[in-house]
Amino acid sequence: MNTMTENSTVGYVTDDGRQIGGTIMEMKNITLRFGGVVAIENISFDIHEGEIRAIIGPNGAGKSSMLNVISGFYHPQEGEVWFNGKKRPSMKPFEVAEQGIARTFQNIALFKGMTTLDNIMTGRLTKMKTGMLSQAIWWGKAAKEEEEHRQKVEEIIDFLEIQAIRKTPVGRLPYGLQKRVELGRALAAEPKLLLLDEPMAGMNVEEKEDMSRFILDVNDEFGTTIALIEHDMGVVMDISDRVVVMDYGKKIGDGTPSEVLANQEVIDAYLGVSHD
Amino acid sequence: MAQSDAVLDSIPALLARNAVTFGDKAAYREKEYGIWQSWNWKEAAAEIEALALGFLNLGIHEGDFVAIIGRNRPYFYWAMVAAQSVGAIPVPLYQDANAEEMAYVLGHCGARFIVVEDQEQVDKVIEVQDQLHQFEHMIYIDPRGLRKYDHRRLHQFSHIQDQGRAAREEFMPELQARTARLNMDSTCVMLYTSGTTGKPKGVVLSNRNVIVTSKNSCEFDNLTENEEVLAYLPMAWVGDFIFSIGQAYWTGFCVNCPESADTMMTDLREIGPTYYFAPPRFFEGQLTSVMIRMEDAGRFKKWLFRKYMDVARKVGPAILDGKDVSFGDRLSYFLGNIFIYGPLKNTLGLSRVRIGYTAGEAIGPELFEFYRSLGINLKQLYGQTEATVFITQQPDGEVRADTVGVPSPDVEIKIEDNGEIYYRSPGVFEEYYKNPESTADTKDAEGWVATGDAGFIEKSSGHLRIIDRAKDVGKMADGGMFAPKFVENKLKFYPDILESVVFGADREYCVAFINIDLTAVGNWAERNNVAYASYQELAGHPEVYNTIQAHIEEVNKSVAQDEMLSGCQVHRFLILHKELDADDGEMTRTRKVRRKIVGEKFNDLLEALYGGKSEIYTETEVTYEDGRKGSISATLEIRDVAVVPVKQKVAAE
Repeated sequence: MNTMTENSTVGYVTDDGRQIGGTIMEMKNITLRFGGVVAIENISFDIHEGEIRAIIGPNGAGKSSMLNVISGFYHPQEGEVWFNGKKRPSMKPFEVAEQGIARTFQNIALFKGMTTLDNIMTGRLTKMKTGMLSQAIWWGKAAKEEEEHRQKVEEIIDFLEIQAIRKTPVGRLPYGLQKRVELGRALAAEPKLLLLDEPMAGMNVEEKEDMSRFILDVNDEFGTTIALIEHDMGVVMDISDRVVVMDYGKKIGDGTPSEVLANQEVIDAYLGVSHD
Repeated sequence: MAQSDAVLDSIPALLARNAVTFGDKAAYREKEYGIWQSWNWKEAAAEIEALALGFLNLGIHEGDFVAIIGRNRPYFYWAMVAAQSVGAIPVPLYQDANAEEMAYVLGHCGARFIVVEDQEQVDKVIEVQDQLHQFEHMIYIDPRGLRKYDHRRLHQFSHIQDQGRAAREEFMPELQARTARLNMDSTCVMLYTSGTTGKPKGVVLSNRNVIVTSKNSCEFDNLTENEEVLAYLPMAWVGDFIFSIGQAYWTGFCVNCPESADTMMTDLREIGPTYYFAPPRFFEGQLTSVMIRMEDAGRFKKWLFRKYMDVARKVGPAILDGKDVSFGDRLSYFLGNIFIYGPLKNTLGLSRVRIGYTAGEAIGPELFEFYRSLGINLKQLYGQTEATVFITQQPDGEVRADTVGVPSPDVEIKIEDNGEIYYRSPGVFEEYYKNPESTADTKDAEGWVATGDAGFIEKSSGHLRIIDRAKDVGKMADGGMFAPKFVENKLKFYPDILESVVFGADREYCVAFINIDLTAVGNWAERNNVAYASYQELAGHPEVYNTIQAHIEEVNKSVAQDEMLSGCQVHRFLILHKELDADDGEMTRTRKVRRKIVGEKFNDLLEALYGGKSEIYTETEVTYEDGRKGSISATLEIRDVAVVPVKQKVAAE
């Protein structure tokens, strides 16, 4: 439920008729510096509840840094992060996760030796209430709780159509499937906001199509808000509702895919006009 | 079992009997969310009733066709029986058919209702719905991704059931009246043949066909309500209909549905079916994967495996047939069972198999013996959609690799002068739907049906032996007999060779196209440090050519020994640059090669084989899974093969 505050704006209706809610996250004048390097310079944008929001830009534009700011890995020197209508204090990543923000990584960060099932199960960590000891001896509440979590995980396995690799160690899986498992782990946390860092990097056309379908289905089925970074412009334009374009740490465009495509600055950034 | 046939004259009638007799016994299982969910006969009957009422609520008429498109799931079996209960006719379709093929079948039968699995199938039907004038309602099982679709003609399976339950009072009398009107003569199901030639034909089977055949075949093998089967073969195929509905409803045994196509092996192991059917290529695939894994095993394990497999080969089949075997051999076999056969059968998911059948194609003798030597009672049967499967089958104790058994109960067989096999039985189909000419061509006034296969009855045993498709049996230019399948089967028995197509009708000599088996040859390549990037590259490797050439030369030797067919030795061959694929029309959906189409499509290659060239450049159009087209090109090597000289030419009759 979105509480109305001064930050919340009214939602909008997409071209294909989906009702998008009010603002769930707002970035206000974010500036992130590493020593003398300015990774992000005074960027503001918002994410509405239920939308698919893409962040694009050439290499080194600061997209991943932006995602890391949202997920609490980096702390910006200036600016404010508002989530669910409240200003967010400086948080550790696990606290951000507990707030309902889950993510996947550009370079897959799974436990290679563990099975698909166990990996996705780790995504339930923030939801587990029983202590380590009772879980270890699998007794009483802990056993019951695990069964509930397992059911949730099985639903995700079914959703992502990875039943056949349920018991396979993820290190043995091809890249495309590992990406899918990682998405599964993020989904296991039942996030309000899902951050995807280049979910389709290194995939072939067919795998990209599958992944796009899963992203759309997650959004449609669970109503999850999604923010994603992606290089494949075709994919971005096809699946996202609104796009933020970054270049050299600055925001150079923001709007629907067609608006962004018509933006001269964006075209210049992508076609490589020299920066004076 | 004393059963009165007067009452049990339709599938819904059998269902009603099962719901009473076997009420609490499992009827269906399906693995979902990692757990086997199950429904007993009482629950299954309730689900089917709810759906049937839902159909009535949607306005289904008697005689309507209900198309079923999806993988094996209890819901689809329920949909078929629910359709029968309201006097409609179920028509299962191959779910991997492309939109065009689907449009033809849906249009031909004029299906008013279509039951599908998910968004993928819904999209396919929507793509072609403009061509379907009679189509009215589509029912889907999995709602995922379908929320935004126009739901005027689209319904969720469970909602239809809910509506049916809600309107029970209103529609129950109508449902009962319609079910009561069914009898042995009413249509049970319509199945489209895969069509090795031309358009698919709709084979109409009556309740008599299905019920009498199921009864006979269950008695032949003493099937009981305690059998477990795994339903994984296409629902559109007659075999699945007979095993998973006909026989299951006759005896009341349990049908288990896998979680997904990819998990089939795991599910097979978990269920451990007692009655099992698989085409030869499936057994072949299993054996190949076992052998590949054995290659990677340690030396002691390899030694143990070889030692006990030798024992099995020597005495296994004899023990299975209940013949006399010495005490020492029995002891070795017993030990082998502990160390090797037992665990192996468990891995294959076949430990509990009491009766296993293979059919559809000839099975390699070595492959067949391998499974039998492990103590798996694998048998062969010969059947057709038009016969409601069973024409001949092998009784226990009379099992051989080169025959297909004796006529099934109530089946008569005759062989015409040209070698073509004819049969007559209670299972003989009613007609081809809307195709009286084909019906008349296939079935004569006395009820004899032409199989299209050539064969003969072995005098010593009374078993039937199949040579080839009757129309494929041709003459060579010198008048000798040409039976391509005979040679192709011998070639395909090598694990390296996935498919082969032999040509030679009206020619001086025979030539062959070969498809290598990427799993087997790929494994060999890995072992021998042969790098390759694609099927095409591996197929063109000189070492691969050498191996295939050696195989063909061995086959030639074996072919030369057959007096009638010695002219069919392969003189020249090439390895195709692409795998033959149903999407390109080169095979049927049941993976049978369409010889004529392959011959026309690769005519340039065929000309090169007969033209004496040593290599040929070619370009071929390919269709990807999503329907897009592309093309591949390659320069293929052509090799000559040593043939065994035939001393005296056998004069043709």
